[in-house]
Amino acid sequence: MVNETQSHVSALTVSDLNKKFGRVIVAEGISFDVKAGEAFGIVGPNGAGKSTLLNLINGTEPSDSGEILFHGEPLNSLDPAERTHKGIARTFQIPKPFSEMTVYENVLVGSTFLKSHHSRHERSELAIDAITRAGLTPFFNTPAGKLRLLDRKRLELARSLACQPKLLLLDEIAGGLTDAELPVLLEIIRELNASGVAIVWIEHIVHALVSVVDRLMCIAGGKVIAIGDPHTVLEDPKVIEIYLGSDFQVGGAV
Amino acid sequence: MATYSVSRGTRLNKFLPVIFSAVVALLAFLPKFLQIPYQVKFVQAFILIILATMWNLLAGFGGLVSIGQQAFIGIGAYALVYFADIQGINPFLSLILAGLVCVVFALPLSFLVFRLSGGYFAIGTWVIAEIIKLFTVQISQLGGGSGISLGAFSGMGREMRIAAVYWSALVTIFLVLLSTILLMRSKVGLALTAIRDDQTAAGVLGVNVQQTRRLIFLLVSIGFGLAGGLIAMSNLRVQPDDIFSVNYSAIMIFMVVIGGLGSIEGPIIGAVAYYFLQDKLKDHGTLYLIILGVLGILIVTIAPRGLWGFISREKISLFATKYRISENKQKEGA
Ligand SMILES: Nc1ncnc2c1ncn2[C@@H]1O[C@H](COP(=O)(O)OP(=O)(O)OP(=O)(O)O)[C@@H](O)[C@H]1O
Ligand SMILES: [Mg+2]
Repeated sequence: MVNETQSHVSALTVSDLNKKFGRVIVAEGISFDVKAGEAFGIVGPNGAGKSTLLNLINGTEPSDSGEILFHGEPLNSLDPAERTHKGIARTFQIPKPFSEMTVYENVLVGSTFLKSHHSRHERSELAIDAITRAGLTPFFNTPAGKLRLLDRKRLELARSLACQPKLLLLDEIAGGLTDAELPVLLEIIRELNASGVAIVWIEHIVHALVSVVDRLMCIAGGKVIAIGDPHTVLEDPKVIEIYLGSDFQVGGAV
Repeated sequence: MATYSVSRGTRLNKFLPVIFSAVVALLAFLPKFLQIPYQVKFVQAFILIILATMWNLLAGFGGLVSIGQQAFIGIGAYALVYFADIQGINPFLSLILAGLVCVVFALPLSFLVFRLSGGYFAIGTWVIAEIIKLFTVQISQLGGGSGISLGAFSGMGREMRIAAVYWSALVTIFLVLLSTILLMRSKVGLALTAIRDDQTAAGVLGVNVQQTRRLIFLLVSIGFGLAGGLIAMSNLRVQPDDIFSVNYSAIMIFMVVIGGLGSIEGPIIGAVAYYFLQDKLKDHGTLYLIILGVLGILIVTIAPRGLWGFISREKISLFATKYRISENKQKEGA
C-alpha cells in the first residue's frame, strides 16, 4: 500500500517504450510509472506484450527505443545482473530453474550475488527465509528439475525474494494455485508490499490481483488501453471489450 | 519457527580428504616400484585428466565451447622450453611460469573471442590457435617450423629424469584437482553451476555471467599451459604442428562427453577411459579413430549424462560441492 511519504517518489518510470520482434509490435509508446511502495497490476489478453514488458524492464530483452528509470536512474545501459544489484527482481512466467541444483542452491544464488555484501551465514539465512516464505521447506535438498510446475513457480518466487528487491516483478505467479493456496500467496505479496517493496504483478486471476494492487494497467497489442484505479480500469468499456468479455464480474474477493 | 543447519556434502565426503591423500601418497612412491614405461604412461594419463578437467570447467560449466584451447597447450610447451633452456631458469620453476604466462595471453584474447558466441566462439578460438601457431613458427629462436628440443634435462640420467617428470606431473594434477574442487565450492563455483543450468536466470539473479566466464577462461588457461609444459617435459621436444593440433580439442571433447559434462568426476573418468582405449587401440591406425567414434556415440546414446552420470545416478558426489539442509531438532519451552 502507498503511504503519504512514499507516494511522491517514483520507483519505476517507463516512458515511450517501443519494441518489435520482426514485424510484430509488442510495445508501442508504453508509458507508466510505479511509485515507491506501490503495488501495480498489469492485465491484458494473451500475447499483449505483458511478459515482454517485464523483459524490457529487467533487461533480459533490449528495447528498441524509450527510457526506463529506476528511482530516477536510467537503466538502459545496465544488464540484468546490474539491474538486480540495483534492487529489481523478477519471476519468469515459464519457470527457469537451475535444474540440477537443489532448491536451496537455486535460492542461494539469489542471496549470494547481491551488492550488499552479506556474510556466508547471512546469505544462507536469506535463502532459508525465502524458501520458508514461499512454502518450499519440504524440498530444500530436491533438485529443482524434479519439482512440479507449481513448486517451480514457488521457486521463482523464493529466488526473487532472496534477491531482497526494492521492486519485484511478478509474472503470472498465481496460476494453478488452489483456493486454499491462493490466500497464502496474496498474504506474502501484501506483506512484502507493506514492508516497502514496490510490486509490478501480471496476473490473469483478476480478483486476486485487484485485492492487492493500488493501480491497474491494461495493455493489448503492445499499447496501454487503460491505467488507474483498478475498479475504474475494469469498468472501462475498452478493457471489457478487449480483455474481460461482457459477462465479467470482479467476484470472489479474497 | 524451525531452524535449519547447512552442511556440505555427504558422509562419504568426510573420508575423501583421507582417501585423496592416501592415493596421492601412494602415487608419490610409485617411481620406486614401477618400471619406466609405466611411469611414462601415468604421466600421459595425468596430462589427459588435467586437460579434460580444464575443458570441462570451460565448456561444461561456463558454456564456453572452445576448440582452440590447444593455443595455451602450445604456449605452455614453448614457454617451458623458453624459460628452461633460453633463460636458463630451473625447469620446475619454468613449468610454473609456463602456466602463469598463459594468463598474460588469455586476458587480451578473451576480449577478442568473448565478442563471439556459440559456433562463432568455437571457430574463433580455433582460428586464434592457428594464428598463434603461425606466429610461433616465425620465431627462429623457438626453432621455427621444425620445432625445438628441451635441453634442460640433458645432464640428468634417464631414470632420474623420468621420475622427475612423473613427480612434476603428480604435483601438477594434485594442485589442479584441488584448485578445481575448492573453486567449485566457492561463490565462483555456485555462479558457474548456475550458468551451466540456465544462463538467463543466472544473470537475472545477479550473477555477472560475462565476468565469471572471463575469470574461468583465464584460470583454465593456466591448467592448459601446465599441461603443455608437462607434454614438453615428457617428450623433450616441441613441434608446432603437434602441440597446436586441433586433435587436442577433439580428444578433450571426447573425454568430457563420455565421462559426463558439467561435473568434476565425469572428466576424470572420461580421461581414464580414453587413456585405456587409445592405449589398446593405437596400433590399429584409422580403425582406432572409427572405433573411438562408434564408442563415443554408443556411450552417449546409452548414458546421455556420460559414464559418471550413469554410475552416480545423480545421487553420489565424490567432492563435497553440494549443500545439504537439515532441520534442527527443537527443544521447546527452555
Ligand atoms: N523472443 C521473441 N521473439 C519473437 N516473438 C516474441 C518473442 N517473445 C515474445 N514474442 C511475441 O510477442 C508477443 C507478446 O508476447 P508476450 O509473451 O509478451 O505476451 P504476454 O502478454 O505475456 O502473453 P501471455 O498472457 O500469454 O503470457 C507474442 O505475440 C509473442 O509471440
Ligand atoms: Mg506472459
